[in-house]
Amino acid sequence: MSKSFKEQFKTAYTVDAYGAFVLDKALIFKALQTLLEEDKYTFLVDITAIDYLHVNNQPERFAVVYLLRDQNFQNLITIKTYIDSSLATLSVTPLFKSANWAEREIWDQYGIHFKNHPNLKRILNHKEFVGHPLRKDYPITQGQLCHQSDTLMDEMTPRLKAKGYTSHEDLMFLNLGPAHPASHGTIRTFVALDGENITSAVSEIGYLHRGFEKSCENHTYNQIIPYTDRLNYCSAILNNIAYAHAVEGILGVDLPERAKFIRVIIGELSRIIDHLVCLAAILVDMGALTNYWYLYNPREKVYDLLSKLTGARLTNSYMRIGGMSYDLYDGFEHDLKVCLKEIKEGVSDTLKLIEHNRIFHDRTQNVGIISKEDAINRGLSGPNLRACGVPYDLRVTAPYYHYETFDFDIALGSVGDVYDRMMVRFEEIKQSTRIINQAMQRLPQGPICVQDHAISLPPKKEVYGNIEGLMNQFKLVYEGVKVPTSEYYRAIEGANGELGFFIVSDGSGTPYKVKVRPPCFYAMAAYPRIIEGSMIADAVLTLGSLNIIAGELDR
Amino acid sequence: MAVGAEAIFGQSLITTKLDSAISWARESSMWPYVFGTACCAIEFMSVASSKYDISRFGAEVVRFSPRQADLLIIAGTVSYKQAPILKKIYDQMSEPKWVISAGACACSGGFYDNYTTLQGIDSIIPVDVYVAGCPPRPEAFLDALLEVQKIQATQSLLDDRAKRVFKGVLDV
Repeated sequence: MSKSFKEQFKTAYTVDAYGAFVLDKALIFKALQTLLEEDKYTFLVDITAIDYLHVNNQPERFAVVYLLRDQNFQNLITIKTYIDSSLATLSVTPLFKSANWAEREIWDQYGIHFKNHPNLKRILNHKEFVGHPLRKDYPITQGQLCHQSDTLMDEMTPRLKAKGYTSHEDLMFLNLGPAHPASHGTIRTFVALDGENITSAVSEIGYLHRGFEKSCENHTYNQIIPYTDRLNYCSAILNNIAYAHAVEGILGVDLPERAKFIRVIIGELSRIIDHLVCLAAILVDMGALTNYWYLYNPREKVYDLLSKLTGARLTNSYMRIGGMSYDLYDGFEHDLKVCLKEIKEGVSDTLKLIEHNRIFHDRTQNVGIISKEDAINRGLSGPNLRACGVPYDLRVTAPYYHYETFDFDIALGSVGDVYDRMMVRFEEIKQSTRIINQAMQRLPQGPICVQDHAISLPPKKEVYGNIEGLMNQFKLVYEGVKVPTSEYYRAIEGANGELGFFIVSDGSGTPYKVKVRPPCFYAMAAYPRIIEGSMIADAVLTLGSLNIIAGELDR
Repeated sequence: MAVGAEAIFGQSLITTKLDSAISWARESSMWPYVFGTACCAIEFMSVASSKYDISRFGAEVVRFSPRQADLLIIAGTVSYKQAPILKKIYDQMSEPKWVISAGACACSGGFYDNYTTLQGIDSIIPVDVYVAGCPPRPEAFLDALLEVQKIQATQSLLDDRAKRVFKGVLDV
């Protein structure tokens, strides 16, 4: 636990109403250093800022919030500091490499300056953008046309200099993306090539920045669920669950047992199809097209099942705050069995083709390596971190929905290369199947939503039958679920890693602020460093194996 | 041994107007450039996969080079940051070219009515067919493809599509 921190800063911190340790901004660097070096809080989960413009009784307008996990990934600590009118604080990039992009994002979205940051510039919005969109006084619809892309030479030149290149003459500069078949979305990587070797690389994101967090401040809690679908559109339901889980945490409600088990079943199914797409796509990048059909077609079966269950293929919006929209349909169990069988066949057909394939091994083994320590320091999570051999899985380290009672194994790699990242995903498909089978056997009867009609909609019979039900329906639809005042972070194990939501609520039916902790964001930040020194064809596979989903990355 | 049309017609001659022959060739061999950015692009992957199978319409040769494509499918959200790139790709495609705007975001910004999302790509480039849905089902993509084929079938090659008078917000 945070013993050294608590001893050393005993007189310096106060604990606010929501459990965050509030420190003076001058002490933040020292405090985070103590937490990292002495208390072994090695994993910086996320950094975000809050604009308190419309909140009374706050000492300053802006606050910066740091979330850290300890080396066992069990304990989470929240550090908060208020930013005075100088709008500047000290960067923590010397401690955590993951802070680099996180701080750039805060500068971009809130205009808070980080001193000593290596390259504090916009990250999500384009360079011609004026103003800071997540400030409360920035109008949500005020778009700004952009004409010119960033040359990125301001980042590239110092990178090359550090590697000993004084002139650019022998190098070829090349843009991979933002519209490139191998960039798996709208991601731009600018590389300096010496022959086919990448001497240095810079990534630019934000090409799919859709203002998710600003839109959240404009909608009620349940209206946000369709937006969460579109964060990671390969596993929309897991994103639904992560968001609903966080809001339910603030409300302090416990779901009915049946709802928990349905969330486990559908969530794991969602994880499987996410992995299937990732693996199918990377195998196409490698030229192994046959595997695309093997892996992609079972996914179509799952979509048929999800269409029956939720009415939509890709963006399901199946969850609700306090439960879900429908119960399982008659014949669900049979359809699920057919899906799982086809998935198993698809995976085994694929493995037959690649398992002992020399070309596959040569292209993936010892390619795109990231070390264990570096991966943690850069904030990687999920399959990408487990491929390095770190047993971090929120389903095991901080279980929810009875995950501690299911019998399954954490898939681990040892090298942290493309091969490990792919094989971990293959194994996780098998493990998720195990979990689904156990959950189906244990699935209890009962309601699928909490019975509190201040949270979930009353049955239609009551809406049409009595004034109380009618009022509940109206209030929930017009005003939204009233969530008590809080600042709260909660995460689940998404398909790509720790997927968390930091929500600031002000007691109304609309969140005051929502910040997603997207696993892809930190994986992408690490990406240019992983590919430096490797061949350009390896960079394509490395990107595919990290499974970057642009919607989640850029929000 | 000959199969299909060759087997039926053999050495015989077929007479037609050059105009309709070229239109027929165009509509049966579209080469799409999929400008896929988000969720809609994942649905396009389904269109290309075996269940929906875009190759039934002769349009399976997906090219990611604007020089080699005659059909631009914009599948997904286009942000203001992405808009100049979309325009560049459209401009680089040689005539004749057709554009499908697939999904709510590409058509109108969808439910992203905010500071970062372009409120419809038709403020940047001209669009031939709009597809509804968020994301559209694969069938809707195929329907759009048929609509483009209709345009191609009815449009004479003597019509010069290059001379259209579209002017977008990024044209100066």
